[in-house]
Amino acid sequence: MLRNYRVIRLLNYQIMALTNEIIRTRLLEKFGEQLTEWSEPYEMLTFTAPKEMNLKVLQFLYDDETLKFRFMTDLCAVHYPERIGEELAVVYHLHNLADNIRVRFKVFVNVGQPDVFTASKLFEAANWMERETYDFFGVNFVGHPNLKRILNVDEMDYFPLRKEFPLEDQTRVDKDDEMFGRGGTFGYGTEKELVGGTLAEDQKHNEGSGIL
Amino acid sequence: MSDLLHHHIKLPEGSIEKQTTTLNLGPTHPATHGVMQNIIELDGERIVSAEQTIGYIHRAFEKLAERRPLYQITPLTDRLNYCSSPLNNMGWHMACEKLLGVKTPKRVDYLRVIIMELARISDHLICNSIVGVDSGAYTGFLYVMQQRELIYEIYEEICGSRLTTNIGRIGGFERNFNATAFEKLDKFLKEFPKVWKEFEDLFTRNRIFMDRLKGTGAISSERALSYGFTGPNLRASGVDYDVRVHTPYCSYEDFDFVVPVGTTGDNYDRFLVRGEEVWQSLNIIEQAKRKLEEFTGADAEIYHADVPEYYLPKKEDVYTKMEALIWHFKIVMGETAIPKGEVYHSIEAANGELGFYFISDGGRTPYRLHFRRPCFIYYQAYSELTKGAMLSDAIMTMSSLNLIAGEMDA
Repeated sequence: MLRNYRVIRLLNYQIMALTNEIIRTRLLEKFGEQLTEWSEPYEMLTFTAPKEMNLKVLQFLYDDETLKFRFMTDLCAVHYPERIGEELAVVYHLHNLADNIRVRFKVFVNVGQPDVFTASKLFEAANWMERETYDFFGVNFVGHPNLKRILNVDEMDYFPLRKEFPLEDQTRVDKDDEMFGRGGTFGYGTEKELVGGTLAEDQKHNEGSGIL
Repeated sequence: MSDLLHHHIKLPEGSIEKQTTTLNLGPTHPATHGVMQNIIELDGERIVSAEQTIGYIHRAFEKLAERRPLYQITPLTDRLNYCSSPLNNMGWHMACEKLLGVKTPKRVDYLRVIIMELARISDHLICNSIVGVDSGAYTGFLYVMQQRELIYEIYEEICGSRLTTNIGRIGGFERNFNATAFEKLDKFLKEFPKVWKEFEDLFTRNRIFMDRLKGTGAISSERALSYGFTGPNLRASGVDYDVRVHTPYCSYEDFDFVVPVGTTGDNYDRFLVRGEEVWQSLNIIEQAKRKLEEFTGADAEIYHADVPEYYLPKKEDVYTKMEALIWHFKIVMGETAIPKGEVYHSIEAANGELGFYFISDGGRTPYRLHFRRPCFIYYQAYSELTKGAMLSDAIMTMSSLNLIAGEMDA
């Protein structure tokens, strides 16, 4: 039968020339003490870089002939409100496809001024992933060609995956509205400030001002 | 004349002078097969540029997951790539198991492999037959739909649902595969190869089909890697990356299969790679079935790992045994603390590497859960793939990339 593709047998394809220890040594040779918080959760090498170094680290990981991390698997952010001054973590997952090893590194930025250099010049894949990260966390990727919201509506004026936007508590007891089970005055986004300290107090305050 | 026109018909400024046409393809265009928009700038029938808008069915899964116990996140994963929900479910269960350090028995792994490969087949046959539909051949699509029905009946026998399956649990399955499930599997394995052969005979060397697909929507391996392509789309451009082989999970190392690779990365190669992967999946299912037959006696009754903290006990045990009742209550009320940890687990889903980046701070719900959705990442290459192409080729490119709006928008 005619088929125009090669079928490559790849069973038990396990080359582990590169190890976490080698990667770590190479990175320490290059950047020294600037890289911190080394750990290996579930065998993936993880470290933290200063926020202005993210592109340098990415470029080094990409260019270096032993490391060759040339595939960006994932880019996302995490919000840690308790880390004052460095609340947002931008997390990069990189993959060396030749040696089949992954590495994860993070940069922490201040939520007040979340500026990080864009990786979209190095990896095309970073373009939308950075837009998504901006959309949900408000990380400002400096130099990004088209940094605008991607999944949420453009009019949105907040960053929903930050921890200051908690989801509704499933065990709350103030669902006493007779029609919909919740107060009708709870605003969308920040267009309405809660007058009372809690939703229940607020609802009491606005009693009768409309259901949904 | 021009004055008259401007006087009576209010046209937007500059719209007469413009040499190109703007076409809105989507969000509810039949050719997009999902809710997504392409704003295409056309010069005649050639595409000058295409800009995508996505997010029409964004459902905030990552946020929702931060408030849910683990077992309630499984239904969210159903709705990522809804053409192959079991793959997403299994990936999620395995990510949890990796974080919790649960080791699943071999029999569970093989059962999961069967389900995952069935899901891969159902996904690929949709994608390939939709490519057929978009090139004007509707028959193949209807023909393989019957076969997808057989797969759905197998799911139904195992978990009770068909499309959004919510199949399995952390540690294994909710119940053992019964005799009917295996009967239906046998029926599928007997009937499907003939149908798939027929389907391929209809398309693979069909002159019209080949002319439509060859050379359109092509991407080189370097560009595909840069764009973060994974799965069949990456393999079609010649890179032999398959998570099942590179980072084996779920005992895939016990199976003997080949990874089909294309050369040009065009629509035709994507079609061929998916077609061959279906054959490989069938082969894997056959192997898994043979391996399952080796389990006898009590071993053949194993369908879950022993993780009472996360595995919902049987209903009859809940009513009769104290421990089962306690675990049931704790799981359902979401009162089990998840150990602290940070894990990335990925599986080879039908569209490529589906990753779960899961951070737990020791609470009862994930602190952060991020889905690496292959579709979302490779769709950004669409403008490059279609630049300078004919509009009708762009439609083919869209269907052969297998863009699933649910997966894109999370």
